[in-house]
Amino acid sequence: MSSKRLAQHSEPLLHITKRDAMVWYKGVIIRAIAIVAALIVCSALIVLLTKLNPLDVYSEMIEGSFGTERKFWILLQNIAMLLCISLAVTPAFKMKFWNLGAEGQVLVGALASAACMFYFKEVRMGDTLPLVYEAPLSNAVLIPMMLVASMAAGIIWAVIPAIFKAIWGTNESLFTLMMNYVAMQLVAFFIMVWVPNGSSVMGIINPNTESGWLPELFGQKYGFNILIVGLLTVAMYIYLKYSKQGYEISVVGESENTARYIGINVKKVIIRTLIVSGAICGIAGFLLVSGTNYTVSKDIAGGMGFTAIMVAWLAKFNPGMMVITSFLVVFMQRGAGAIATTFGLNQSVSDILTGIIIFFIIGCEFFINYKVNLRTKHKEG
Amino acid sequence: MLNTIFAFINAAIIQGTPLLFGATGEIITEKSGNLNLGIPGIMYVGGISGIIGGYIYEHYTEDPNTALCILIPLLSCMLGSLIMTLIYSFLTITLRANQNVTGLALTTFGIGIGNFFGGSLLKFFNESGSISLMDCGAAFKMSLPFADDLGLFGKTFLSFGFLVYLAVIIALVASFILNKTRVGLNLRAVGENPATADSAGINVTKYKYFATCIGGMIAGFGGLYFVMDYTGGAWTNNGFGDRGWLAIAIVIFAIWKPKMSILASYLFGGLYILCVYIPGLSASNKELINMLPYVVTILVLIIISIRKKRENQPPQSLGLSYFREER
Amino acid sequence: MGNVAIELRNISKRFGSVVANKDVNLSVYNGEILSLLGENGSGKTTLMNMISGIYFPDEGQILIDGKEAVISSPKDAFDYKIGMIHQHFKLVDVFSAAENIVLGLENEGKFDINAISKKVQEISDKYGFDIDPRKKIYEMSVSEKQTVEIIKVLYRGANILILDEPTAVLTPQETQKLFKILRSMRDDGKAIIIITHKLHEVLSLSDRVAVLRKGEYIGTVNTAETDEAQLTEMMVGQKIDLNIERSEPENPVDRLEVNNISCVSREGVKLLDDVSFTARSGEILGIAGIAGSGQRELLEAIAGLQHLNDGQILYHNPKTGDVENLRDKTPLQIRELGVRLSFVPEDRLGMGLVGNMDIIDNMMLRSYKKGRTVFVERKAPKELANKIINDLQVVTPSASTPVRRLSGGNVQKVLVGREIAASPTVLMAAYPVRGLDINSSYTIYNLLNEQKKKGVAVIFVGEDLDVLIELCDRIMVIGSGRITGIVDGRTAKKEEIGILMTKTERSDDNE
Repeated sequence: MSSKRLAQHSEPLLHITKRDAMVWYKGVIIRAIAIVAALIVCSALIVLLTKLNPLDVYSEMIEGSFGTERKFWILLQNIAMLLCISLAVTPAFKMKFWNLGAEGQVLVGALASAACMFYFKEVRMGDTLPLVYEAPLSNAVLIPMMLVASMAAGIIWAVIPAIFKAIWGTNESLFTLMMNYVAMQLVAFFIMVWVPNGSSVMGIINPNTESGWLPELFGQKYGFNILIVGLLTVAMYIYLKYSKQGYEISVVGESENTARYIGINVKKVIIRTLIVSGAICGIAGFLLVSGTNYTVSKDIAGGMGFTAIMVAWLAKFNPGMMVITSFLVVFMQRGAGAIATTFGLNQSVSDILTGIIIFFIIGCEFFINYKVNLRTKHKEG
Repeated sequence: MLNTIFAFINAAIIQGTPLLFGATGEIITEKSGNLNLGIPGIMYVGGISGIIGGYIYEHYTEDPNTALCILIPLLSCMLGSLIMTLIYSFLTITLRANQNVTGLALTTFGIGIGNFFGGSLLKFFNESGSISLMDCGAAFKMSLPFADDLGLFGKTFLSFGFLVYLAVIIALVASFILNKTRVGLNLRAVGENPATADSAGINVTKYKYFATCIGGMIAGFGGLYFVMDYTGGAWTNNGFGDRGWLAIAIVIFAIWKPKMSILASYLFGGLYILCVYIPGLSASNKELINMLPYVVTILVLIIISIRKKRENQPPQSLGLSYFREER
Repeated sequence: MGNVAIELRNISKRFGSVVANKDVNLSVYNGEILSLLGENGSGKTTLMNMISGIYFPDEGQILIDGKEAVISSPKDAFDYKIGMIHQHFKLVDVFSAAENIVLGLENEGKFDINAISKKVQEISDKYGFDIDPRKKIYEMSVSEKQTVEIIKVLYRGANILILDEPTAVLTPQETQKLFKILRSMRDDGKAIIIITHKLHEVLSLSDRVAVLRKGEYIGTVNTAETDEAQLTEMMVGQKIDLNIERSEPENPVDRLEVNNISCVSREGVKLLDDVSFTARSGEILGIAGIAGSGQRELLEAIAGLQHLNDGQILYHNPKTGDVENLRDKTPLQIRELGVRLSFVPEDRLGMGLVGNMDIIDNMMLRSYKKGRTVFVERKAPKELANKIINDLQVVTPSASTPVRRLSGGNVQKVLVGREIAASPTVLMAAYPVRGLDINSSYTIYNLLNEQKKKGVAVIFVGEDLDVLIELCDRIMVIGSGRITGIVDGRTAKKEEIGILMTKTERSDDNE
């Protein structure tokens, strides 16, 4: 090696070290800066596309999310559904089990609910006008049945990869990812079976008797969804923080060796936790069918299974924080949607903005976990 | 009967080509230890970038030149995919962000970009209707002039646009580089054990960046093939579907070997359209057939994890970021 | 002796608030073997990592052949002809020996595995290695892996070789072979630095000895002009009689009876081979041996973490008088039997404690199942945490501080405190004073002695023979998974134990 080459070695200009800990408010400030930076980039983008005043853009976004009572309730509903799935993936992620299969677990949950509705669907009584329909089961029977079926379906979908992970260490992120598409095809299959005309669209089920539909609550269509997810949020917070099972999840996630050392059956915890995870995904599927769409489709989860992973991760798996992060994501999506409608843009702009926001927030974690030092030239001598 | 079989093989190759680009790109990426779940998004961006480049060229030219009709979409596709992978690389390699979360966000972002520009491009140029690039599409579809004269064989194997062959060549070259060169050895070491690679004097960051970016650009070609050759220069929103995820499945199915991924891609491509070729299949059973690629992938994943053969495992540090001064 | 190969001037390095190296000055000559001596945690490895480009010094200069050098990456280190053989081998498991050896070399022309194998063979012949270049690393023994590491740096033309505790994992025969190779490399004009804390190796191998203590450079002496006493003094500070108190055991009764246990690793290596002994109440049983001789497996087998192929572990319950076989029971089943077994594992933050949890939650590791509800009870653990913080003088901002932010000694106090709080009848501690300062070490000795007086059967795995001899009532020596002897702590001589440690064959072995 020539000495010339050696002479060119220079000291690294930036030196990166891991931080010990950070005062909590600094972390908050860094995250706030990231969000503001993301909003600036987003608005710059929108201004570029629409040539509008950025302030107008933001007022339009707020208008689009909170503008009317109806919009506000839709905002709450969207938050609730995203939050519900985020809650579902959280225990698995806390255990460092990368469950990328929430989308599929929600789908099979929705499918199970729709199946119950379909097989006990309303029947027309006679041909005389006005047409009269009757439901074979009362809602008091049908709705709990749908809930249980959805949870069971979600559990099956989540627990299969969990068993293979627990016993053979099968890579769970790839396994769960594939399960999503199996679920999608399964939904497509059943729709084809149920809808004989080949239109591949399942219409609203039981439109006349509203059998299997969650009733209104507080005079709101989505009342029950919001209430149930609210209760789930509190329950998940308590489960993770104060229950023995939640404690076991933390220990397994932090160190499997320690778990072994104190006699936790790691395999059992993995499987049990994925049962919880799958069950909540099933509930989300149930709410999407019984409390929202009254039908099922391949796209009923609409990618929320993936967005939820980001929401849960951004909130550091804290259910309380997840309320905020899912609000942030839904607000961006709704706001961007409103802009798109008003200015005749494509609705996909909301995906772009969501992406940008998430990039900024995950990027800023670096500055919370690491310290960047500018190296000062040491003294001669 | 023979005609049907050859037509099926022909269709399987056409369907398999975007998957092959995606799978080769993802293999190269994963060999560096990066699990890039943003590949589906990158493929969308690769497609739309090609469309944008081609559209602008066709829009401002009276008489499009065939070479430029290929070159401009090709370069703009590479640029688009590169920007996408740079976002991923900067976040996961430099800022050490979680790879799964970053990848998923990138896919959301990329599909958003694809559909947004796909839906709004014409509006920006005050046109209406849907995107259709006749000249570029024709240029990409161009096949060997004598292919049709070679009978069934020629029709089945030689009638494709050049990207089909490029996909195979890239996979073979990737296989050669990974297994027979120092660069490949070093790259595999980075994905297996970055601390070891680092102490052996390999610039881990550089290798990760290069592998991820090159892998992303190769995957982008998959999107380009789809919009230019397969659909002949047209864009439909979400038209590319879930092929990006299928490409990730192929990586597992091919146990991280680019040569295997050629066969696997055509096999999956075949499965993708198998339902069309099975006579008398009901609409619902078609959907079950479409489930096959994923089920097969799951089975492969299970089998390799049970057999535990060291050479068949995913790169050991897949999904983990590397920090030298970890203590 | 040749010219100065490498010189360090005022090197300092900190990790967060921990000072790993402070103002270290050191030079090494061509054609010499320099021992870098120091206790565990004295900063030897950190210092060498800065020469090999793994870390970058915060302050100070490195001079190579008299010119200032900037080593900001391992690649730079190679360019300066520096090669380090790490304690934890840096090899890619699925690669062959030859592939590992050429890893990272870029200016060598075509990648021709045959030509590479030939060159590897030449190096092997020159220094007397025996290696198959095509063998995969995951099929190799520890000693073979080490050979690959050494060839790897020689292949790169290394002039300065650094070996981090190379003998810790070797048998005596392998060690002798290694030393022969090191000497032949020295005679070839290479500068060799060997990191160790084994005095007899230092004296038999090296030309000079440099000593570090708590990250500070103490001095360098010629091996010919020094002896164990002086080196020990340099290493530990002043010459101190350890003065660990040792009471007579009171009414010792058999508590734990280990009969002919054996276990085999996944690769088929015998980790424990027909081990039998008895631990008695009110007594400290020491276990001595070279690192990795089966100590960990033995303790984990008793704790219910290691599957056994043969033998039994009998626990004599002092309350009921029952005898229970603990073999192949899980830690939970063992506790349910009413066996009060406490275990301070070697890996404190990786096994005994959870680094990211606070002290209170770490207290709960042993007790979280208590209570009938599905909820955890945090009141008692909180009280326990505060009690341990007070009683053992744990330095921490509060009981809700994550334990990873505590210093090594305080981490150990938390762990030992928790294990003792369960009022065990058997207490096992693996290397409980490793990396601790003198004061913390004595705190731990006192705690063990207190337990002994309470009638606990204490099993203490240690590495410092002086401590073992002063603390333990009996010392059991383990070598390659076998018990090579049990001696009385009051009369044992260090040399005697040393010989037992390196003895691997039993005279009565006629299997």
